[in-house]
Amino acid sequence: MSAAALAPPRPAGRVQLALKDALIATAVAAILFVPMVALRTDVGTAGALALRYRWTDAAILCGLVFLGRLLLVLWTGRRGLQPTTSAGPWTRRLQQAGRFAAPAFLIVALLLPVIPGVDRYELDLGILVLTYVMLGWGLNIVVGLAGLLDLGYVAFYAVGAYSYALLAQYFGLSFWVCLPLAGILAAFWGILLGFPVLRLRGDYLAIVTLAFGEIIRVVLLNWVSLTGGPNGISGIPRPSFFGLSFSMSGGEGTFAGFFGLEPSSVHRVIFLYYLILALALLTNWVTIRLRRQPLGRAWEALREDEIACRALGINVTTTKLSAFALGAMFGGFAGAFFATRQAFISPESFTFIESAIILAIVVLGGLGSQIGVAIAALVLIGGTELFRDLQEWRMLVFGGAMVLIMVLRPRGLVGTRTPSIALGKRRAIDGNLVGEGHG
Amino acid sequence: MAYAMQQLINGVSLGMIYGLIAVGYTMVYGIIGMINFAHGDVFMIGAFLSLIAVLLLSMGGLMDGPAGILLVLLFSVAITGVYGWAIERIAYRPLRGSFRLAPLISAIGLSIVLQNFVQVSQGARVKPMETLVQGGIEVMREDGFVVQLAYTQILIIGVTLAVLAIFTVLVTRTPLGRAMRACEQDRKMASLLGIDTDRTISLTFVIGAALAAVAGTMYLLRYGVIDFYIGFLAGVKAFTAAVLGGIGSLPGAVLGGLLIGLIETFWSAYFSVQYKDVAAFSILVLTLVFLPTGLLGRQEVEKV
Repeated sequence: MSAAALAPPRPAGRVQLALKDALIATAVAAILFVPMVALRTDVGTAGALALRYRWTDAAILCGLVFLGRLLLVLWTGRRGLQPTTSAGPWTRRLQQAGRFAAPAFLIVALLLPVIPGVDRYELDLGILVLTYVMLGWGLNIVVGLAGLLDLGYVAFYAVGAYSYALLAQYFGLSFWVCLPLAGILAAFWGILLGFPVLRLRGDYLAIVTLAFGEIIRVVLLNWVSLTGGPNGISGIPRPSFFGLSFSMSGGEGTFAGFFGLEPSSVHRVIFLYYLILALALLTNWVTIRLRRQPLGRAWEALREDEIACRALGINVTTTKLSAFALGAMFGGFAGAFFATRQAFISPESFTFIESAIILAIVVLGGLGSQIGVAIAALVLIGGTELFRDLQEWRMLVFGGAMVLIMVLRPRGLVGTRTPSIALGKRRAIDGNLVGEGHG
Repeated sequence: MAYAMQQLINGVSLGMIYGLIAVGYTMVYGIIGMINFAHGDVFMIGAFLSLIAVLLLSMGGLMDGPAGILLVLLFSVAITGVYGWAIERIAYRPLRGSFRLAPLISAIGLSIVLQNFVQVSQGARVKPMETLVQGGIEVMREDGFVVQLAYTQILIIGVTLAVLAIFTVLVTRTPLGRAMRACEQDRKMASLLGIDTDRTISLTFVIGAALAAVAGTMYLLRYGVIDFYIGFLAGVKAFTAAVLGGIGSLPGAVLGGLLIGLIETFWSAYFSVQYKDVAAFSILVLTLVFLPTGLLGRQEVEKV
């Protein structure tokens, strides 16, 4: 036996290991992509399906997977990316800045319409982001504070929107009368839907709320005589500013005429922007105040341990129902705003994917963290808007971002929570220590 | 009578498809306790892969008779299985042991990714396929109404029963099945006893995806029209079926699938087609309110 055979095998180099790993990943990618990407099914001229080959696209994808995996393994070693909740160096710095983050966000949000270079497009985007911030904060009451997993939140958004649209269409009521009504109606629906599901927990609750969301959408879609069905409702009246309309005539009784301004369509956009900002801040304020009161503390106790709550004599039924009702109410407000802003609604706007996006905003931001929800809405909604040019790739990027953020930071972008009450100094606690509720 | 008979046949064959998808949901839920939201889209991928296989085989002139269908089935099952494996590896494994909502959000994100991936790669238009299997058996005739059992329906019922039989043997009689049941009962203990839990969970996903691919192939053969969005509704209905039957229970998933299929078919036949989803979901809500653990589910003991 030669000496060479007895010598211990040389440990494979890091690069070799990485290459092997990347090749395996590429092989898997080839299996995934070759049939789906390289062979495209198209309806041919004869009306029958035919295959069109796109080998280069599949090859490019496989090459990207190879390069990506190679670099990742070389960079992190074989264990790959690890999820973390603890603060990295950059998050710690962010936390120190966090004390100023909330006021800074608020100031930017308040001053957005007067910042130079901000045009109608940016304001529209701001309105869109703020709508989702408000919906996220509303859902945060149900999911983040009370720990009830609600996958059908969009139902209340739809109830609010249709309440305003129908009341305006059939009874000619104005936006300002309908806004509270829409909230109250949505809250009633919240209680109505909340009652039967109170006994359910966790994923059962999730699937039943999802089912309710779908039921409401299907009813809106098919009750053509009332809701217009798939055609929706159009010509929903716009809100007025203390009785002053935003018409372009500029005469007596219009906003521009009263203040002696040049009539401009931007006025209404700015007004709508401040309206949704006020509504969102109202949601935030109510949530923060409630958290310190017995009701809010009962929600959080319920999230942490339902059995202990029962033992301590907290009425679980009313606590859960109030969370459902309040969350639904803010959803209803947002819905009424959505209806008046769009002037047109149809069941298409209230699909399950909306619920999923709102829930994603809440979870990605960090359950129970108000600032986290705002940041997540900005990142997800504003971020996808940046990718608008990518067209159909946009949602692909959106879904991929959801997976990536969750894998890297499962407790959300903001990894710490502020306790509702504290003895002495109010310290931030790790997100991992906060319960998530079991419905 | 004849009309009801026809609906029964249709309902059972639809229910079998739901049942096959529901088994994938219930297995994953049983073993790692998460709703695999992307499972409906795995079903959609399976349907697309079988469509591609059909086109490939007909170009090669091999798409004849049962052998062709078997090849399509094998192709779709194999590649969808790899999809199931990759999904678990990328989106769920890093979140193992993390808090409960993280995998759920990851799954929702992945569902969006899969839908849009297929939309981008295969186009958004619906894909109408020529019928491969035509005709059927006349079961009975009454007042000029012919009750027909289509060959595709026989195929669906036969293949589903065969697949479920193989699957039952796999779960109850093989070492892999034993490992799966062990992981379901207590993952930590199972790993202490030398079971490779990561591998077992991966294989569970592969098997679930394979069953979804069978369902996808059957769907394609029976209905012939697919698009990138079919996964969502089928997924929700199949999950409903799994919950209805008692989540975590394999026979329950098939039973739930059959019930949902029957309810949906009979509701569309006798009441209104538009509200068939409402009927299925209402049944779900009612079942859960009165039977919170589903039809065949175990009562969960709450520990303090």
